[in-house]
Amino acid sequence: MTNIGRWIGRHLILFIGLLVLLYLFAPIFVVILMSFNAPKSKLSYQFDGFTLHNWTHPCQPFGLCDAVSTSLRIGLVATVIATALGTLMAFAMVRHRFRGRAATNLFIFLPMASPEIVLGSSLLALFVSGGLGGQLGFWTILIAHVMFCLSFVVVTVKARLSGMDTRLEQAAMDLYATEWQTFWRITFPLVFPGILAAALLSFSLSFDDFIITNLNAGRTVTFPMFVWGSAQRDIPPQINVVGTAMFLLALVLVLGGELARRRRASRAH
Amino acid sequence: MSALGHLSTPATVEPAPPPEGSERRRTAYLLLLPGGLWLILFFVVPLVSLIAASLYDPNGSIESGFSMTWSFHNYVDALADYARPFGRSLWYSLLTTAFCLLLGFPLAYAIAFKAGRWKNLMLALVIAPFFTSFLIRTLSWKLLLSDNGFVVDALKAVHILGSDGRLLATTAAVVTGLTYNFLPFMVLPLYASLEKIDHRLIEAGGDLYASAFTTFRTVTFPLAMPGVVAGTLLTFIPAAGDYINAQLLGTPKQRMIGNDIQRLFAAGAYPTAAALSVTLMAAITVLVLFYVRRAGTEDLV
Repeated sequence: MTNIGRWIGRHLILFIGLLVLLYLFAPIFVVILMSFNAPKSKLSYQFDGFTLHNWTHPCQPFGLCDAVSTSLRIGLVATVIATALGTLMAFAMVRHRFRGRAATNLFIFLPMASPEIVLGSSLLALFVSGGLGGQLGFWTILIAHVMFCLSFVVVTVKARLSGMDTRLEQAAMDLYATEWQTFWRITFPLVFPGILAAALLSFSLSFDDFIITNLNAGRTVTFPMFVWGSAQRDIPPQINVVGTAMFLLALVLVLGGELARRRRASRAH
Repeated sequence: MSALGHLSTPATVEPAPPPEGSERRRTAYLLLLPGGLWLILFFVVPLVSLIAASLYDPNGSIESGFSMTWSFHNYVDALADYARPFGRSLWYSLLTTAFCLLLGFPLAYAIAFKAGRWKNLMLALVIAPFFTSFLIRTLSWKLLLSDNGFVVDALKAVHILGSDGRLLATTAAVVTGLTYNFLPFMVLPLYASLEKIDHRLIEAGGDLYASAFTTFRTVTFPLAMPGVVAGTLLTFIPAAGDYINAQLLGTPKQRMIGNDIQRLFAAGAYPTAAALSVTLMAAITVLVLFYVRRAGTEDLV
């Protein structure tokens, strides 16, 4: 016991940091636990018994899998559009000097710095005053998601681009590569991790968004909207199955990326 | 997704500007065009229509349409009716920001300086919970803070909480949830800032007989200031507009302005809701400008 006490004393900040991590993970443990819950009543908020039923019947709650598939479709399309448009913008911002560059920079940052409720309600105001009030659904959600993902893509790709050594491209040009060849053989492979990170970020932002989506969804139900709806009535444990699955997927991606990075690093030495 | 960490950290070292030329400049505008148009159409134009909607006649409806009045009565009425949730929102977000800084700083510091080879793993762990839907995580807090739950029992055992005390459906629960949801937005920019500090400066503090605390106060913290500013903004702004935590973890007594805006929009009361939304945006903008000027970091983006 005194040993632990001494370790804590010597590594106080690390210890506090670990406690904060525990705070970040506390609800995750609950989500995982509750995905195996066999609730006694519909409005049960406690762990009543262990079962695998939720994992073997994830689509049982009416509408859950439809909502997940809607979210997946919107997330994929929004990610493709936002990543493509955002990457182009990032290239313009890092590789070009033009009039109004600082203002453009601020302009791209603004959507990230606006509360979601303002973004969502202003889009709704636009759709309603444009006479689209009755047509809210897949397309209006998609438009909204591309809008708020764009800024995050630009910032992410920009960070990768501006950390890159431009001498590699100059060397390629010196060796008589055309601009096109230089781009596809040198620049693109080097920026690609940044673009991939931006795409992953976009997808998770889109898949998880509730506030903006809820205002512009009409009758379309995305996964977060399904969760919100059931929070008012009863919470099917299958929701926690989806949550756990998403967490595991992210963990695999993050750990996989880290492993790949370490392999590359050890190969480089 | 260390990308988030770069939110706040502008590229200070940028490559030398490529040669100027009207063709290159035209390329830049062409690259910006599609995304820029999207942002103008679906970010700027909507803001303008939100402001327009806040000046509509409140007696209209979606079916019969709204007529423009150009009167600012909606603002006067909305502020008279919703001053309390407004004040509460700003107060809760302020508390949330303070707690995020209090919790986030040691974590970011530990990752940047104390984690050694576990650095990347710890950073990944900060972001990992993000991937489970935030609504589900917030719902989990309901269970964690429930009346006979482990947390309440523990707090009662050490007499922090009275024997009939509770956490769920209180201000404490709402602020706990808000702090939880926005903590990574504080940790990542803080980490990015701390990581850049030259460790020799901190050692020099010790060599000059400064205590650990003095070194922290006069060297580490000022150098981490860009991260502090970015982190506090990234927690304060979304927290002020959030209504999920107040809804799921609080009672109507903890209602925030987002709850009202959402409810009014859902009920079709667009003019009042729009007026509240514009006021929220304006209040945040003013506070942020004031704060950024005081904190003295202009190069935020």
